[in-house]
Amino acid sequence: MKILPGGVCEAGTTRVNKTGGWRTFKPVYDYEKCIKCKLCELLCPDSSINPRDDGFFEFDYDFCKGCGICANECPKDAITMVLEEK
Amino acid sequence: MAPENKLDKKKMVVVEGSYAVAHAAKVCRPNVISAYPITPQTHIVEDLSQFMADGEIPNCEYINVESEFSALSALVGASAAGARCYSATTSQGLELMHEVLFNISGMRLPVVMTIANRAVSAPISIWNDHQDAISQRDTGWLQLYAENTQEISDMTAQAYKISEDKDILMPSMVCMDGFILSHVYEPVVLLEQDLTDEFLPAFEPDFVLDPKNPMSFGAFADPNYYTEFRYLQEQAMQKSLKKIEDVANEFYDVYGRYYGGLIDEYRTDDAEVIIMAMGSIIGTIKDVIDKLRDRNVKVGLLKVRSFRPFPAEAIRNALKDAKVVVVLDKNISLGLNEGALFTETKSSLYNTKLDVPIVGYMIGHGGRDIKVDLIEKIVDEAQEVMKTGIKIESQFTDLKEELI
Repeated sequence: MKILPGGVCEAGTTRVNKTGGWRTFKPVYDYEKCIKCKLCELLCPDSSINPRDDGFFEFDYDFCKGCGICANECPKDAITMVLEEK
Repeated sequence: MAPENKLDKKKMVVVEGSYAVAHAAKVCRPNVISAYPITPQTHIVEDLSQFMADGEIPNCEYINVESEFSALSALVGASAAGARCYSATTSQGLELMHEVLFNISGMRLPVVMTIANRAVSAPISIWNDHQDAISQRDTGWLQLYAENTQEISDMTAQAYKISEDKDILMPSMVCMDGFILSHVYEPVVLLEQDLTDEFLPAFEPDFVLDPKNPMSFGAFADPNYYTEFRYLQEQAMQKSLKKIEDVANEFYDVYGRYYGGLIDEYRTDDAEVIIMAMGSIIGTIKDVIDKLRDRNVKVGLLKVRSFRPFPAEAIRNALKDAKVVVVLDKNISLGLNEGALFTETKSSLYNTKLDVPIVGYMIGHGGRDIKVDLIEKIVDEAQEVMKTGIKIESQFTDLKEELI
């Protein structure tokens, strides 16, 4: 992130500020149970769940803060929060 | 030596202080005005809305808001989009803006806001002291204090020039004493449009909110970045010390009026006692000094125009020959039993070779009159300090003992 004169920054700073290092619990995704409803992608506050071409999802652990909203909202319990070993 | 003021008596008009400020804001050609009326600032925004209704401020939008928080929040967006912005407030309104004050200074938006200084609640008081602005001293806004209506009018244009400098880009509070200056009628030479256009060119920021060239204002900064933003803000504040002086001189070149740069001195050449203060009390002190000088009391005045940035070096130079320094504060830092100007003055002399006794007086709180007799008494006590040393470092004075 480059600070320009006057304290403004170039656009896209959310891609630079990786929030994944704050995580205690990590979402683990079960492809078998997933019905591709997209609720997790829609509700993720950090936009760290990205759709794949086959309709399933990928978790971007660089940005996932481990809030657990996805796991809580998943209607099929396809996402479980697991304590992350450091 | 400070240059003589050339006040053209033919151009003088007798107007209310608030009108002079509103007129000054008008000729600075703001693009967006957003303010919420609060006593004693009301007349400023009333006059501005009248100017708007009469079509006297072209290319300007006046935003009606429901609170001071909204007033300043609206200006965050407007200023980031490249507009020259103006607001005015006081007391509780300024305190309600507290959060947004940090946003504006952190996003380096050169907003100028007039503060008609007033006491803060509780107990509720609409009268003048400096507690409201002083309580916001660490928000990263420049704070300039005016002595009279002529100065507050001229300071408004100066504040835009300082704030909008590409090296600075920090917002300014232009402080006037509520009622004492805002509601008084005084002969004033109003800022003229052609001279102001010459002095203050249009605001052309390098970085604005523009969909074609995206920028982040007030970006998220994790611990890897935050400190550097704060460092750059402080650097800008330090650069503004020189800019304030330069702008005062540039203003003199165009208009022929000068009020001092960061500070101003009055009869300090051989002064043993130097009184320091800010705001409208300066006029009273000058009268007292003239009176005491006739009685051969060696007393002088150091007027502080800029409280933020704090002109530590200028103050050190001005105080180097003093035998005792008296600081008058219309505010208090509760729990320290000191006014802010007193604390800052002491700290700016720490670690220097200058060893001069400094005594502080907290006076004029909640609009209590500061009378000539009181200042004379303070000067008498200061002369005692020269002989016997400091007994009380900082104190309330003029207390009504029967009430407490």
